[in-house]
Amino acid sequence: MNDGLDLTARRPAYAPSIAIRNQVLFTLVMVGIGAVASSGFIGYAPNRLVSGTPIPLWVAAGGLPTVAIAGLGAILLAACAMAPNRPVHCAVAVAAGLLLLLVLAEVGQAASILASSTKPSSRISLGAASWVLVGCAMLAVADALQRLSANIGVQLITVIAIGTGVVMLAATGTFDALSIAREYESHRQVFTDALLQHIALVGASVAVALVIGFPLGVAAARNPRLQGPMFAILNILQTIPSIALFGLLIVPLSALVAAVPWLAAFGIAGIGVAPAIIALVLYALLPIVRNASAGLTGVDRAAAEAGRGMGLSGRQIFWQLELPLALPVLLAGLRVVIVQAIGLTVVAALIGAGGLGTFVFEGLGQYAVDLVLLGALPAIFLALGADFILQAIATPLRRRFAR
Amino acid sequence: MIEIDGVTKRFDDRLVVDHLSLSVPAGGFCVLLGSSGSGKSTTLRMINRLIAFDSGSIRVGQEDVRTVPVEVLRRRIGYAIQSIGLFPHWTVEDNIATVPRLLKWPQSRMRDRVTELLELFRLEPEIYRRKYPHQLSGGEQQRVGVARALAADPELLLMDEPFGAVDPITRDALQAELLRIHRATTKTIVFVTHDIEEALRLATQIAILHEGRIAQFGSPLEILERPASDFVSDFVSRQGLGLKLLSVRRIGDRVRAGETAAGEPLTVDTSLRDALSVMITRRAERLPVCDAEGRNLGVIALADLIR
Repeated sequence: MNDGLDLTARRPAYAPSIAIRNQVLFTLVMVGIGAVASSGFIGYAPNRLVSGTPIPLWVAAGGLPTVAIAGLGAILLAACAMAPNRPVHCAVAVAAGLLLLLVLAEVGQAASILASSTKPSSRISLGAASWVLVGCAMLAVADALQRLSANIGVQLITVIAIGTGVVMLAATGTFDALSIAREYESHRQVFTDALLQHIALVGASVAVALVIGFPLGVAAARNPRLQGPMFAILNILQTIPSIALFGLLIVPLSALVAAVPWLAAFGIAGIGVAPAIIALVLYALLPIVRNASAGLTGVDRAAAEAGRGMGLSGRQIFWQLELPLALPVLLAGLRVVIVQAIGLTVVAALIGAGGLGTFVFEGLGQYAVDLVLLGALPAIFLALGADFILQAIATPLRRRFAR
Repeated sequence: MIEIDGVTKRFDDRLVVDHLSLSVPAGGFCVLLGSSGSGKSTTLRMINRLIAFDSGSIRVGQEDVRTVPVEVLRRRIGYAIQSIGLFPHWTVEDNIATVPRLLKWPQSRMRDRVTELLELFRLEPEIYRRKYPHQLSGGEQQRVGVARALAADPELLLMDEPFGAVDPITRDALQAELLRIHRATTKTIVFVTHDIEEALRLATQIAILHEGRIAQFGSPLEILERPASDFVSDFVSRQGLGLKLLSVRRIGDRVRAGETAAGEPLTVDTSLRDALSVMITRRAERLPVCDAEGRNLGVIALADLIR
């Protein structure tokens, strides 16, 4: 007892300095504060052609909302200094989620107020500060869930809760005055078609790529000598810029249809859906073949050997052992492919394949940023959604097979 | 049970198994003992046709293995390997029931068989049946691997260095369990190892393999007492021949009938080595001996051990 040091007696009498326990959250809050202080909460332009003037948060939203947003920011800032335990992480997730919805609601509110006092031709868009706040709030929620090591169910509930909030804001007309909503309003009929076309293009190309790529992956796993040349070709395909590949396919396909006219009856043409799907399939092949091959090669040889020794046939070993054990790696490849295809399909609009890219290129042509966003934002959310779903499937599989 | 007759196997130009003949009676525990490259593992794997042999014949039961469809043959023969090869995505129950499932046993019979086997290996069925292989220790995995090999109640069990990758204490326990199970089930076992101690402990017959041929085939005692060649004598007696002999000889034929001594009695099938160990720990030169039913048979004395 008497040789122990009594540390409490030596503690200095003045208050200890505040330690930042959560660097990630602290950075996000600082970025948010910086954005609000330096850039506009919404942007205002008298018409579509001139660039907007930024209007800061306190001017655009008024006193009370500014205080509310600052209050949530202060809560998050305080959480940075607290001991990292579950209640704190939960509180951070809730506060950041509320901040996200509050910012969106106030953007819509501010836009409505501004719109009522300006001409109908005026454009009101989200300012840099609101984009940054929404982004930081999303990252803060994601980081808090990570720290809670939340399972897929909790993650799903969080996404649904925030998504429902956003949908309810939209349904009650909160965003109607924003220019992106006006673009949506004027493109309403074609938007749904473009979205479905986009999904169909991605689905078709990934399906075709799976049908071609999976057997190639199996062949590469069975016969390692094939891997060198096969991956060399697929790697070269992967390095061709997407716009160039879409363009390059026009010539041979046009020539093909000219030579074999009945192909045109199946919708084959130099431009449109056919070259788009071919290009998307070519890009999708490398990840699928590589992951199928890696997944199958990674299967424990001892398991296959024991299976053979116990009288499983070659087919049983493939379907019951090798394929299920390779599935997590295969799904990881599929995840990459789908996210990649959703992005590339935007570019496919350039050769007349349709999809969300139509709005992007139309918007670029008209210098209408909001129209670009009308194409880009749904594509981003499609990609995030697909990524989330495939991860939700792959993670429990991977955990089960972990050894 | 197994008749291997003049079997030869070449890999490219290398003669791996050279006119090898071997016969194991039903209920025998035959250990194929040799250093790496001696052909012991190849011989084992030719029995269930994981490796095709070039000439000669192998009969299991009365059947030539090449007349039976290969998957049917393998499902009849239990097979356990050093790397175990449990299926990581299946539970212990599903792993053990692999062959019964292939043979399309009804669900209830498979369930009962898994329970029975887990109990045989002293793994609490209700705890272990739903576990996954990565949740088991190395020794538990190896027990499940052997249980899986026994699942469809095969007459013949092939084991390829099954305890080679576990720690010495676990290996000792697994060997004891395998002996217990062999006695309880009277299966025929062919067991490959390079470990002489393991062979002496487990085998009823040892075949020492050298360069694809049998250097000597006999009981553990014969091999220690009458090595057939300098190679065998070098191989088995590299160190501690005396201690090895103690561990294969039993006290049964050395008992002094009619005499008595104090203390817990030893059973007749105790090895001389274990008897010596008990004498040292008890500081006693004489120990009572009983038969398997516990009836008093007499006494074993320290001097009897070195007779």
